[in-house]
Amino acid sequence: MPLAAEEDGGATFHPPSLADFFPPAIWFEGTPFEINRIILVRLIAVVALMLIFIIGARRAKLVPGRFQSILEMGLDFCRNSIAYEILGEKDGKKYVPIITTIFFAVFFFNITGVIPFLNIAGTSVIGLPIIFALWVYFMYLWQGVKKFGVGGYLKHSLFPPGVPWPIYILLTPVEALQVFILRPATLVIRLLANMMAGHLLLALCFAATSFLFFEASGALKAFGAVTFVAGFAFFLLEVFVAALQAYVFSILTAVYLQMSITEEH
Amino acid sequence: MITAPLVAAAHSAVVAAEEVEEVNPLLPHTYDIVWSLVIVVIIAVVFIKYALPKFQAVLDERAEKIEGGLKHAETAQAEAAELRAEYEQQLADARTEAARIKEAARAEGGAIVTELKAKAAAEAARTVETAQRQIEAERQQAAVSLRNDVGALATELASKIVGESLEDTARQSRVVDRFLEELEANASATASSTTSAGKEN
Repeated sequence: MPLAAEEDGGATFHPPSLADFFPPAIWFEGTPFEINRIILVRLIAVVALMLIFIIGARRAKLVPGRFQSILEMGLDFCRNSIAYEILGEKDGKKYVPIITTIFFAVFFFNITGVIPFLNIAGTSVIGLPIIFALWVYFMYLWQGVKKFGVGGYLKHSLFPPGVPWPIYILLTPVEALQVFILRPATLVIRLLANMMAGHLLLALCFAATSFLFFEASGALKAFGAVTFVAGFAFFLLEVFVAALQAYVFSILTAVYLQMSITEEH
Repeated sequence: MITAPLVAAAHSAVVAAEEVEEVNPLLPHTYDIVWSLVIVVIIAVVFIKYALPKFQAVLDERAEKIEGGLKHAETAQAEAAELRAEYEQQLADARTEAARIKEAARAEGGAIVTELKAKAAAEAARTVETAQRQIEAERQQAAVSLRNDVGALATELASKIVGESLEDTARQSRVVDRFLEELEANASATASSTTSAGKEN
């Protein structure tokens, strides 16, 4: 790609592309354990997350220090603002660990998109969103089946009570589509698309800034300042989006669980 | 000048697009799924089995401590209130006792004063009575002696009057005067009255 640009003229402008998400392999090329740059970024994120929480848990004291307070604030947020808020304290208690794990994991994989030298979100390649979504998918199905039995769960989720029967002709297929396909699919695509778009936006702004500053001539250089400011703004936006998408993912997890295990809609 | 980079950009975008058509971002690669699974499993295990229970334990312990502290404070407060009530009760009792003692002392004092007054009055009455009795006795004594004296005097006077001629008033008055003088002389020398009286006669 840079080659193509160089052929055209001396200037090199590297626009971000979907190819960014499929970098060349570093190790184990061609095997199921192929490691490329993005996998490496994910591994770094995991190590960071593990370190923070293992050290945090090991040093957890009755009277929290600053570090522990911050962690506890995050845990508290997951427990109260997500799990208890949606599921209530009684049901929520059981799912707090899972929801917390999903929140922090998704957040850490999202935030790598704005960390210098990593610069790509771990969730911007579909594998990770798929795994998270499948986890949530099987969990809410299993919890529903465990509570109502297979038939009971199907009846509960596909034939919502309080509707005259002819409506079921229309409603039931829609509900089935919802429960079995749309919920997990939207979980995957929402997260993936947000993170991909974020990366493309940021990369575009910084690529343009770099190009305009160093390659463009005359007045065009001034536009570099504009793209730089835009890049800065998008950087902040991406930090926000990283947290927001983690929140959305975990709150939807709670909502789907709630829909599976609550008696009435 | 401006067109060259733009063309280049457009071109590379096209090239990228062409390249991308081979990689659909919605179709996961095997390695992507494998590593994602590994990663998520690691995170889930560490979080759910280790980190979160540990934090939960600390939170529970803290909640327990706080609850214990609150309960302790409550007990302490209740105890303090009890002690205070007891103390106040004691104080009130002491006050009542003091008031009672004061009242008793006042009553006793009153009684003492009344008694003393009565005693003094009795004493006074007794003194007065004694005095009166003495006076009465003296008066009677005086009356007796007077009666004796008056009798004697009257007899003496009468004998004198009868002895002298009572013809003229001058003589009569002279007799009386002389009698009075004698009487006076008698009075001035009471100790030797009996002897002088004897001499005069």
